[in-house]
Amino acid sequence: MEKILLEMQSIIKDFPGVRALDNVNFQVREGEVHALVGENGAGKSTLMNILSGWYGFGTYEGKIIYDGKECEFHSLTDSEKVGIVIIHQELGLIPYLSIAENMFLGNETARKVGLLKIIDWNECHNKTIEMLNRVGLDENPETLIKDIGVGKQQMVEIAKAMAKNVRLLILDEPTASLNDQDSEHLLELIRGLKEKGVTCIIISHKLNEVEKIADAITIIRDGTTIETLYKGIDEFTQARVIKGMVGREMKDRYPKRVPKIGEVCFEVINWNVDHPLFEGKKIIENASFNIRKGEIVGFAGLMGSGRTELAMSVFGKAYGKNISGTIIKNGQEIVLDNISDAISKGIMYLTEDRKGSGLNAIDDIRHNITIANLQTISSRQVINQNEEIKVAEEYRDRLAIRSTGIWQTAGTLSGGNQQKVMLSRGLFANPDVLILDEPTRGIDVGSKYEIYSFMNKLVEEEKAVIFISSEMPELLGMCDRIFVLNDGHIIAELTGSEISQENIMEKILTDTRERSEHGTN
Amino acid sequence: MEQISKSFKSNIRQYGMIIVMVVLVIFFYATTGGKFVKPMNVYNIIMQNGYVLVLAIGMLLPILIGTIDLSVGSVVAVIGSIAGIMMYRWGQPVWLTLIVCLLCGLIIGIWQGFWIAIVNLPPFIATLGGMLIFRGITLVLLKGKTLAPLPNSYVQISSGYIPDYISRITGRESSLNVTTMVVAVLLCILVLLGELRTRRQKLKYGFQASGIGTILFKVILISAAILLVSWRLALYKGIPFVLIIVGVLAVFYTFILNNTTIGRHIYALGGNARAAELSGIKIRNVRYGIFINMAFMSAAAGIVFSSRLNSASPLAGQNFEMDAIASCYLGGASASGGIGTIMGALVGGLIMGILNNGMSLMGISSDVQQVVKGLVVIFAVASDILSKTRSSK
Repeated sequence: MEKILLEMQSIIKDFPGVRALDNVNFQVREGEVHALVGENGAGKSTLMNILSGWYGFGTYEGKIIYDGKECEFHSLTDSEKVGIVIIHQELGLIPYLSIAENMFLGNETARKVGLLKIIDWNECHNKTIEMLNRVGLDENPETLIKDIGVGKQQMVEIAKAMAKNVRLLILDEPTASLNDQDSEHLLELIRGLKEKGVTCIIISHKLNEVEKIADAITIIRDGTTIETLYKGIDEFTQARVIKGMVGREMKDRYPKRVPKIGEVCFEVINWNVDHPLFEGKKIIENASFNIRKGEIVGFAGLMGSGRTELAMSVFGKAYGKNISGTIIKNGQEIVLDNISDAISKGIMYLTEDRKGSGLNAIDDIRHNITIANLQTISSRQVINQNEEIKVAEEYRDRLAIRSTGIWQTAGTLSGGNQQKVMLSRGLFANPDVLILDEPTRGIDVGSKYEIYSFMNKLVEEEKAVIFISSEMPELLGMCDRIFVLNDGHIIAELTGSEISQENIMEKILTDTRERSEHGTN
Repeated sequence: MEQISKSFKSNIRQYGMIIVMVVLVIFFYATTGGKFVKPMNVYNIIMQNGYVLVLAIGMLLPILIGTIDLSVGSVVAVIGSIAGIMMYRWGQPVWLTLIVCLLCGLIIGIWQGFWIAIVNLPPFIATLGGMLIFRGITLVLLKGKTLAPLPNSYVQISSGYIPDYISRITGRESSLNVTTMVVAVLLCILVLLGELRTRRQKLKYGFQASGIGTILFKVILISAAILLVSWRLALYKGIPFVLIIVGVLAVFYTFILNNTTIGRHIYALGGNARAAELSGIKIRNVRYGIFINMAFMSAAAGIVFSSRLNSASPLAGQNFEMDAIASCYLGGASASGGIGTIMGALVGGLIMGILNNGMSLMGISSDVQQVVKGLVVIFAVASDILSKTRSSK
């Protein structure tokens, strides 16, 4: 039997009003990749925050035994000293500093001169190159973080952890914002780390990845450990894991729907958009698409293919410059010059970036739901606050937003519930065309299912939904039609039996190849 | 109940500040041998702080969207100088002066708003520029000299009060200003009716409403405060005009912020600008409006202040922006935007004013007063941040 590197025993953690963790037991063997899965709000991140010392010793009950010794971590520095490093979902890198500067931030190789510490930049650069090599990243240490992609940033984070002599690396949703290719690369890297003897704990909602990479899977539900599955001993499939997570078998990952598709209600023709800063740089070129009543239409494509940019530029020019093209709604040409125009004419867009441009995290659920359509509950600009409460309660019920009440601050909700608040906002704006940009990113299987069901309900009411997603299976599972985007162009429209993952990928690859052969940008 | 406890929690700093204010009043009452609560002194506190309170109300809006306006003091000075020149040099009537001054405030606001909302200059920089520009213009206009005195009817704006009509009509001589007390009692009744109306509507919607007991308790506390202050004022001259100006502005802006769409837009913009924009809020217009409003309020404060000085001085209004900003922060506004109330800003402003007045009565020199006020701001905000981090962990 392998050596146990980490053992967390009977961990109990209370927050005001809720018990986040109730007797959690968690064991990690040395040198393994251990996945931690569970629905949003199940307590995965809380558990890892206890392990890393973010919630210091004394704020929880229970024991942490690491490397055979009982530990009391009071801060992140304490846990880093013994080689535990956590990499959060939101990367902790500073965009306007170089890779090398980020790598040794707070950990600089420095020589003491009196009170000052003088950084030895040559030494830093050499070490950075060494660390980058170890994660297989070929970049100049002086490159600014903002100039490399998210995938590479993730690798810099790992390299940074390596520089701290990591023994136990915790990755919180490392692939949530990566495309398939970058994810694959990252998983490869984690395998490499394992060979070098680094133990990994990985929190992920992408069960296919978990299945591929993990040696053991611990499932947490409602703040308690349900079970730990070991590769080679237990059944080690996605279906098995989902069953553990939601406490029942999920027959269908995507709710069934009988399509009831009407006539075309929204059409965009010859749409062109320039980059907002670099005029003349085309982001969207000659894109045309349409959507019918009662239809879910998907936008597929790789990161940077222009899906979000296309949607936002249509949504009252929320993105881009020099926008040209025609929008036709219900047979009539309309002009959407700003976002409030778009909303009042029945177009609504919900962002992929919940935290950055979606929620007002410091305000409550109620205000977050009503903000895009205050007119409905006001007369002469004066808000009827009782009406507002009624509306908020109604949506909280309808979408089953798990919360202490409509007065709960939106920032304190779990990801899935935040997404439901966003969805409520979108629905309350009462659109005919609802554009959902990555509505299921970083949320658990159960909440995903609820959101899919809701999309189905919407189209049954003759609304039209545009569904942007990087997760191919959910596009395949939900959409009636899929437009494939690549490099700012709509390169294919797939319906019925044409819709398959292979077909979409092939279209993208062929298009990319043709473009590079013809030398067009 | 949930709503009540939540609103109590979110206003905890405000309630804390009200308690601090009461403690300060008791403290100064004790240390000055009662001089602090003498009718004349209560009157003075209101007169001395009227313009700061007006500015604090105006300043709350930029603070709610996460910025500040540094030009306030200079705008106060330039408006004072315009008033002085119009009346003292050119002999224009008071009503025309008032109109011109307020218009100038609007124009200044349009100028600053242009840089902030259209050119996208950070407000800190745009208003820093404004601070230098308008101070400079003041010096040019006044050629460095003070213009005094100003017409009596102008001075009345800051030192005037409502005469005791009722005593005059009934013909009874009284040391107590009866009109003041009648107005106070009417106010208390209004508060009670307002609370009952809110409750009735809540019940109509089938929501849980606070019980009659809770409402009575609240109304009695508020009424006690109103009556106590009015009683002090009634023993002196009565209700000063300045108090009416501040009161009307406070009620108006509280209503705007709490009950109207524009108020909600302001809070949303402060909470997350990008999210507000994607919800269809025209954030450019909101920002433009806020800075126009701020300059307009500065103009109003400029009128009140020059009227109180009874002169147009090139040095008027120095550091007023800092007093206004400090008032808002003391009253629970967040420096990063999205959180804050008019009530809080007023309480913050009053605490600063009470400290000034009380320490002066105690004979503490003004340099020491500065130090104390600085420490109060730091401790108040620090204690708030500490309590927040503790509750979130």
